[in-house]
Amino acid sequence: MNPPESLPVQGDAATLEITVNGKPLRVTVEPRTHLADFLREQRHLTGTNLGCEQGVCGACTLMVDGQPMRSCIVPAVACAGAVVRTIEDFDDDPWMTELRAAFTAEHALQCGFCTPGMLATARDIVTRLPAADDDRVRLELAGNLCRCTGYAGIVRAIRRVLDAHRTPGGDARP
Amino acid sequence: MKAARYAYVSAESVAQACGLLHDGGGMAKVLGGGQSLGPMMNLRLVQPELLVDVRALAALNQCSATADAVTLGAATTHAAIEDGKVDDATQGLMPFVASAIAYRAIRNRGTLGGSLAHADPSADWVNLMPLLDAQIVVLGPTGERTVRAADWMLGAFTTVLRDDELISAVRIDRLSERARWSYYKVQRKAGEYADALAGFVSDPLRAVCRGLIGATDGRPHVFAAEPLLGRWDADYAHTQLRAAGLKADTYEYRIHAVALERAAAQLRQKFAVAP
Repeated sequence: MNPPESLPVQGDAATLEITVNGKPLRVTVEPRTHLADFLREQRHLTGTNLGCEQGVCGACTLMVDGQPMRSCIVPAVACAGAVVRTIEDFDDDPWMTELRAAFTAEHALQCGFCTPGMLATARDIVTRLPAADDDRVRLELAGNLCRCTGYAGIVRAIRRVLDAHRTPGGDARP
Repeated sequence: MKAARYAYVSAESVAQACGLLHDGGGMAKVLGGGQSLGPMMNLRLVQPELLVDVRALAALNQCSATADAVTLGAATTHAAIEDGKVDDATQGLMPFVASAIAYRAIRNRGTLGGSLAHADPSADWVNLMPLLDAQIVVLGPTGERTVRAADWMLGAFTTVLRDDELISAVRIDRLSERARWSYYKVQRKAGEYADALAGFVSDPLRAVCRGLIGATDGRPHVFAAEPLLGRWDADYAHTQLRAAGLKADTYEYRIHAVALERAAAQLRQKFAVAP
């Protein structure tokens, strides 16, 4: 799907190259535009949600160069050369496919606002910390707020994916 | 919740960055990982005219190690320290501290140098570096200078770093294998800034025995720790808590006293298990 014509850029414009969901782009942004606003308003990738816009709530968490990051507090212009993946880019990702199924099975979302950020963090947990116990999962989730208080279900969903990949060596593969 | 308008330059050299900062006359700000500056700009507590992005500068990305010390580039992320991707001079203390800075998504972007420059009294590196007696290497228009971490902070959010200077690296002397450490934070929630913070480092082979009281209204307080590590000397603890700027019988005093006692107990426990 091609995004509709972008909104005009106002103020001092900066041009940068950035890869978004596999597409290499050359884009023009106002320096003060943070990455999440750039993605939502210029690329119309509205799966990235904005909650607090001060790096606390975790709703805007997405992948930059393979690592979860807060897109609300980093200027888009400071992401020149970066590879950005939003929730829209994970349809065919094996880990996300399992996590989505687990979130459904464990009732790990209600309103869904925190879910894109939760999934980004969840993917980081199951890939980086294959031996994580429930306490560690909760600790790692401390930076993602869910105000429907679905934490119990979210922890269970992540636990389900971790358990499905547990091997005697503690190694995890999708 | 949107930052005020500013101009942006990704610096290509230290000289260019220092020149821009100098010309900015205090209205130009250095952008490292931006994990504190970003929120403060969004809240419009800070409204710089120019951001000078120094994250890619080679001089800030060099880490090196000798038999005696480890030098970490200022642009080293908390996550790199947490994951052991850079040398650790501290027998696990720095990775431990790094792992509890904010959240992983923050640690992936936030930097050692940025945190020191920001100098939030409740943040970790600005407290830990004086405990480790580290040296902070600063680059400016006239060259390089080195500042003892104990002399770094002047007060909350205020350091000896001048407007046209950059932190390039931090040098940390190696602790020996006999070293033991503890570090205790009082937090309302995992990942939040500490309400109180205390730590100890004791290294018999290096004649190091220091204590730390941090997350106060101002500078961290580092002191000789012997009187708290054998048998708890309550008078000495009180003297140090007062020296850290805490008023007796306040809430702040009490939570710092708890952090100090728990950190001391942790250290005694470590020496009891593996002296």
